[in-house]
Amino acid sequence: MVDATPRMERDIPPAEVPELELYHPKSWWTTYVFSQDAKVIAIQYSGTAVAIGLVALVLSWLMRLQLGFPGTFSFITPEAYYQFITMHGMIMVIYLLTALFLGGFGNYLIPLMVGARDMVFPYVNMLSFWIYLLAVLVLAASFFAPGGPTGAGWTLYPPQAILGGTPGGQSWGIILMLVSLILFIIGFTMGGLNYAVTVIQGRTRGMTLMRMPLTVWGIFTATVMALLAFPALFVACVMMLFDRVLGTSFFMPALVEMGEQLSYGGGSPILFQHLFWFFGHPEVYIVALPAFGIVSDLISTHARKNIFGYRMMVWAIVIIGALSFIVWAHHMYVSGMHPWFGFFFATTTLIIAVPTAIKVYNWVLTLWRGDIHLTVPMLFALAFIVTFVNGGLTGLFLGNVVVDVPLSDTMFVVAHFHMVMGVAPIMVIFGAIYHWYPKITGRMLEDWMGKFHFWVTFVGAYAIFFPMHYVGLVGVPRRYPEMGEAAFMTAPVDNLNAFISVAALVVGFAQMVFLFNLVWSLRFGKEAGPNPWRATSLEWQTPTTPPPHGNWGDERPVVYRWAYDYSVPGAPEDFIPQNDPWPDKPATRAA
Amino acid sequence: MSVILVFLTVVIGFSFWWLFHQKVMEKPWLEHGVHTALPETDVSGMPTAKVALAVFLAVVGSLFALFASAYFMRMDYADWQAPPLPRILWVNTVILILASIALSCAVRAAREHRREMTRLALVTAGLATFVFLAGQVTAWRELAAGGHYLDVNPANGFFYLMTGVHGLHILGGLVALGRTMVKAWDDDVAAEQLRLGVELCAAYWHFLLFVWLGVFVLLAGWAGDLLALCRQILT
Repeated sequence: MVDATPRMERDIPPAEVPELELYHPKSWWTTYVFSQDAKVIAIQYSGTAVAIGLVALVLSWLMRLQLGFPGTFSFITPEAYYQFITMHGMIMVIYLLTALFLGGFGNYLIPLMVGARDMVFPYVNMLSFWIYLLAVLVLAASFFAPGGPTGAGWTLYPPQAILGGTPGGQSWGIILMLVSLILFIIGFTMGGLNYAVTVIQGRTRGMTLMRMPLTVWGIFTATVMALLAFPALFVACVMMLFDRVLGTSFFMPALVEMGEQLSYGGGSPILFQHLFWFFGHPEVYIVALPAFGIVSDLISTHARKNIFGYRMMVWAIVIIGALSFIVWAHHMYVSGMHPWFGFFFATTTLIIAVPTAIKVYNWVLTLWRGDIHLTVPMLFALAFIVTFVNGGLTGLFLGNVVVDVPLSDTMFVVAHFHMVMGVAPIMVIFGAIYHWYPKITGRMLEDWMGKFHFWVTFVGAYAIFFPMHYVGLVGVPRRYPEMGEAAFMTAPVDNLNAFISVAALVVGFAQMVFLFNLVWSLRFGKEAGPNPWRATSLEWQTPTTPPPHGNWGDERPVVYRWAYDYSVPGAPEDFIPQNDPWPDKPATRAA
Repeated sequence: MSVILVFLTVVIGFSFWWLFHQKVMEKPWLEHGVHTALPETDVSGMPTAKVALAVFLAVVGSLFALFASAYFMRMDYADWQAPPLPRILWVNTVILILASIALSCAVRAAREHRREMTRLALVTAGLATFVFLAGQVTAWRELAAGGHYLDVNPANGFFYLMTGVHGLHILGGLVALGRTMVKAWDDDVAAEQLRLGVELCAAYWHFLLFVWLGVFVLLAGWAGDLLALCRQILT
């Protein structure tokens, strides 16, 4: 403790005036539906994301039923299977993970954690949610459109994405998908502006950047990345929409379909891949960085220990964010490229493992000799570390060109990215919900249901994805609805596929327990009190729980310390809230 | 993808410079107390709206840099045939420059609290922008009349697409300009508030002018020569 507040006696200037003019809702409609309160918007975002995510979950069951027991279910035709994988992937990556981390947790946590009353532009924030909802509805509408949703694969590679042979290619499916993505990006940009500018401008007195919880750092960096990366998807979608609807040839080469020469000519499918992955790779970290941030806070709080290497954690987040923009072509090794490019992208890909590894070490070192409480959020946080390391290690294999080329388009890749950006972030989402649910509702989630949910999900996820690596290694390609008479396949693969499918169904049903818990605890959960985890960060110090619109009552909090003062020697308790001036008296306020 | 990478390098470089000035080298576990925060926060004194506009312009810049990247990559294919440049684009460029100048005048007038002058400059800028948009539509019609439809050649496609997206951004700006005009005519609005609105509009217009000049250079086909020159210098 150096330099103990030399100017403590000086009056602290009052909080800025404009927040007193904060819009306050008048009616039921403006309180719960067209609300401008970031916390309500967060819940709206999360609810919508979870609802559409459930659709994607059901789609994954259907896929697993087909893969595990091919031919048993007559309604799962190859076309339907392609539609399932496409919609499952797109929904999970964009409409669930991105929306939930940034729109959900970002909206709820940023203003509370930095001590703001709300986002800086509440109206734009509200608009962001409604455009997101519209995007989700347009996407969902494609299930009911003639021809069904698109079956182009979640990467939507042209030329097949807009040809007649692909489900939805020459009907409504692909159009609705592209329009939905464009809407999503517009909506996200509105929200993203808010998240980024609130962190830059909305922090309360004393909340320097280096006192922010890592959750805010993660969400902030991910938001900035998303703001810069989503335009690439936007450009790709608009140009493909032109190709599909107006007959341009941005991406479409000259083609003969069913013996008929199409009017397209000269276009470049590779151009689409570049644009798509220029968005697609940062997207991985857009999902991962908030997870990194949140898990740091969960571990620190539930191990009652300050985060190890806070500065390194912050720098690692920022450096991962910057590096992730120059690795995109490692998704395109099999598309063919100059060997020097392959070498360059393999190198950058492996370099990104360095800051990531720093983070993993720091989490482990935070746990080291900590007072580990195996609460449900902590269990999920630990599961995240293990899963992320597992998924990250296979990433090191796949980052190398010579290893990637034979493994590309096998189930090994599917297992890799599900581990690293499917299971791992979802673990954090669950942990975060168990952690912050008491703040959102004032009640604890039921513990035994949480533990049941955790163990089934954790063990089940490994039962699904560990064997899948093996299945991929022996050569089972991804995106094949069934293997047919493939001689190279060994019998264990069939058994493993059936096993994976059963595990997937079990894990899926465990999520129903979780959803039931969410609803049940709302009414019957134990009263939580304002700070059940005895955490330091500002969101736990609100005068009322759940916090009302405006968050802070009459006066915004003053921050005296960083967010990780756990188990400080000599302190009266094993945690010191950020707004606690201990060992000094609070500064007096100007009259 | 070089255009977007150059753009991102600038943005990321700026972000790192900004972070560096936010005391990211400090060790928060060794300090406590409000001393680092006084007088209020380390939040910049800049109006929030200006910061937000800067972030938004970075997004818009990223969008157009990506279009430019796609343009360059597609240009290398054999079927590329640029349409003739409509002459009217020169006139449009001059008009958009005029709009930008008018907004600069508006900023100046607003800073000097000259309400009448501000109104005049805002109206001029608005009208000039409308003329610009009409000119862009005329350019489209001219191209279409010459048989250079959207789907004939990718170069045509890019022409309509990029001018269209730029035009949409201008239209969005006009909405903001309209709201600023309402403020300019409302005598209850404080001079400071009006000044902020005018400054934001001016910044947006200058940026879109800059983007337009870039798009114009691309569409006129000079960009290829420029690249060749760069390559020559580099090699």
